[in-house]
Amino acid sequence: MFRAIVAKMGSNDQIERALERWARRNFGDTARMADLKRLSGGASQETWAFEVVDGGATHRLILRRAPGGESVARSSEAITLRTESALLACADMAGVPVPGVLGVFEPGSDVGEAFIMHRIAGETLGRKILRDDAYKAARPVLAKQCGEALAGIHAVERDTLPDLPQSDGADQIKKYETIYRTFDLPRPVFELAFAWLKANKPAPQPPVLVHGDFRLGNLIVDEQGLASVLDWELAHIGDPREDIAWICVNSWRFGQIAHRVGGFGDLDALLGAYAAAGGTRFDPREIDWWETMGSLKWGIMCMIMYEAFRSGGDPSVERAAIGRRVSETEIDLLNLLERAI
Amino acid sequence: MHDAPSPSELIAAVKSFIDDAAAPQLTGHAAFHARVASNVLATLLRELEQRPAAESAEAAGLRAILDTDMNASVDAMNRNLCARIRGGDMDAATPGLFKHLKTTTIAQLSIDQPNYSGLKAALSKPA
Repeated sequence: MFRAIVAKMGSNDQIERALERWARRNFGDTARMADLKRLSGGASQETWAFEVVDGGATHRLILRRAPGGESVARSSEAITLRTESALLACADMAGVPVPGVLGVFEPGSDVGEAFIMHRIAGETLGRKILRDDAYKAARPVLAKQCGEALAGIHAVERDTLPDLPQSDGADQIKKYETIYRTFDLPRPVFELAFAWLKANKPAPQPPVLVHGDFRLGNLIVDEQGLASVLDWELAHIGDPREDIAWICVNSWRFGQIAHRVGGFGDLDALLGAYAAAGGTRFDPREIDWWETMGSLKWGIMCMIMYEAFRSGGDPSVERAAIGRRVSETEIDLLNLLERAI
Repeated sequence: MHDAPSPSELIAAVKSFIDDAAAPQLTGHAAFHARVASNVLATLLRELEQRPAAESAEAAGLRAILDTDMNASVDAMNRNLCARIRGGDMDAATPGLFKHLKTTTIAQLSIDQPNYSGLKAALSKPA
């Protein structure tokens, strides 16, 4: 325990010195690094906030760093930080609101595998975005802005992209069914959903860059609306409808079930803006299959988190309790299937 | 054996301790986990109250769909049902199947997360 604390202190100190050197290199000899603090959230990558004070100017920045500075893939499909920083640059070029990248550190550098980006002001918490008065003007325009951002992401030229995993609808059924069966905790609603998904697979779309986790929680929203798209760790090459449907999954509506897009907007508004910005014109019914896939996927992700408790890997009450959220996705699946059959 | 205090009384006492005495003194991550712990105890209280009747209804529903004998356990019947859906032998059109799953899921969620928006939506459309 004591050794672990010492190691952690050493690592803070190491980061501080490395950032101090980086600040001088990039902003001149008088620049100073200030206010370094570890932000909560981000299970697989460390996120640190800090400032560079450069004469009268203060630059508010974020350091994204592999845990302990060493690259450990969270799972086979989570991309590396270097890939993530390259993707941010691609998205920026395509006009998608993302934090600009200021520096990239290779594995083995003084700060480890990491990159530095601008810190964007705004809110990420879904419940606050849906309820607080500060976002009253943002909510009505957010579905349109999400449609435009997704059209931008899906239009990024494939040959400019870094190497990414490929995963379409059939791949995802296979992957999540395998995980679900490994747990040996049979759930008839999931069986019904798998059978329905297999029997009703939509015709494939030309593969595009998919963000993979586009929903409230991973979007920075300010008083004017969408300020930035974060958390590109699950980016892959796949079906554009996956991104559109994921933000519609009821688990990401934070109680505001009547507004299909994220609890704030209507799907027609998103799809209209998506098409107007150059994306394919999708019918809302084409999104249903992927929303069903999304609810099933989230249900199995909750089972994965509970499995961390069951296996003894993470004994926290939070991991145990999440096992009792799987039934939320079962009712969502039944509500979706009832409409479809 | 004695049942005073009952399991529900004991759980309610621990929940009060967390809510009124412990949680107000905690901050950050520990405060978050105290809130989760309190919610877990609320789930347990609902489980003690609702599960016996809900599980009997589930068993009756499964027996009707699967046409199995009285002695089969709920777990065995659910495994059987899963295998038959997976094998294509049963689907949403199987008489009684969808209604059974909806009733059972509503009962489960009434214990697990009674305020979930999807539960209210399901209750507004009878199976």
